[in-house]
Amino acid sequence: MNGPFAFTLALGDDALIAAQRLAEWTTRAPEMEEDIALANIALDQLGAARLLLSYAGELEGAGRDEDALAYLRDDREFRNCLLVELPNGDFAVTMAKLLALSAYQLPLYTALAGCADERLAAIGAKARKESAYHLDHAALWVKRLGDGTEESHRRMQAGIDQVWPYVHELFAAPPGAPVDPATLRGDFDTTVAAVLAEATLTLPDSGWAPGGGRDGVHTEHLSYLLAEMQVLARAHPGARW
Amino acid sequence: MRTAREAVAAVVDPEIRVITIDDLGILRSVEEDPATGRVVVTITPTYTGCPAMDVIRADIRRALVAAGHPDVEVRTVHSPAWSTDWITDAGRAKLAAAGIAPPAPVRRDGVVPLTLAVRCPRCGSPDTEQLSRFGSTACKALWRCRACSEPFDHVKAL
Repeated sequence: MNGPFAFTLALGDDALIAAQRLAEWTTRAPEMEEDIALANIALDQLGAARLLLSYAGELEGAGRDEDALAYLRDDREFRNCLLVELPNGDFAVTMAKLLALSAYQLPLYTALAGCADERLAAIGAKARKESAYHLDHAALWVKRLGDGTEESHRRMQAGIDQVWPYVHELFAAPPGAPVDPATLRGDFDTTVAAVLAEATLTLPDSGWAPGGGRDGVHTEHLSYLLAEMQVLARAHPGARW
Repeated sequence: MRTAREAVAAVVDPEIRVITIDDLGILRSVEEDPATGRVVVTITPTYTGCPAMDVIRADIRRALVAAGHPDVEVRTVHSPAWSTDWITDAGRAKLAAAGIAPPAPVRRDGVVPLTLAVRCPRCGSPDTEQLSRFGSTACKALWRCRACSEPFDHVKAL
């Protein structure tokens, strides 16, 4: 494949699937303000996904645009990490996922902003500002719930425990990556450790590290998500409104 | 006939209709080819997922056609990334007059500052509180004044 195609596709798929999952909260969030927050974060992720997938389509050179990549691929062709396709769970699980995703995307987009590929540098410089706000938002909730009541602490810890095995996959580099995600692990661990310490939460010590998303081997959850996301575009090819 | 630049600069933001796209700093350039009359407009989004971009592109075309410039190309760029520091002084004054607190200057060395006092656009009091970190559009948060009790939108520093 061409240049950073695999890398760009993986990042675009991360953002797209994260957007679709977060949007599931719309009208169902625990409070009105959070409903708006999750929808806004989903919108930011979708914005980044559109830029990344458009560029991935150009790099591939096979005539696929952002819509073709989003709507006309099957699960095995998606390259997103497993973290973003996991079900939302309760609000604590969603915040644990958002903490991990934004603590990863922020240093990644920041590093991209200084890379030699102009398109990726522009996307990185734009998206990192939004990621910083997402990270702030997730960190506030993780602290509030972790250092809250006995019940909120229990559920926030359960959320972290459930999500943590899936973060290891984030730091493997797809071929042609202009930034090696492995170099971001230190940043990520420092950020997360500081939030968890303030939240009175602990990291699980399980060595389990599921992966496969970057190779197109996904959990069954992705197939159900794609069925809902793609049904309209597939049932009515070329539909516009 | 209005110049192409004047016509485009007068296009208002579809979500915050008191401010023009020029005031907002998302209009990057307007270039007219004197030989062909073709006008190339370059804009940049506030947020990557800003849903107003399609309407803004259409409004720019409509304004140029109405001003006698039918050959229009609208380009979208993402670098350099938009900053609220690009909102003009006139734009800030229009926001405040419409009850929307303008953003504070952005700190260049760090992440988004969240703890700066935001003045109430209605009574001017600095005694305000954030109600919601996200608001009615991607670029705003919802605040409330403790002095006059009015809720208000605040453009987040970015």
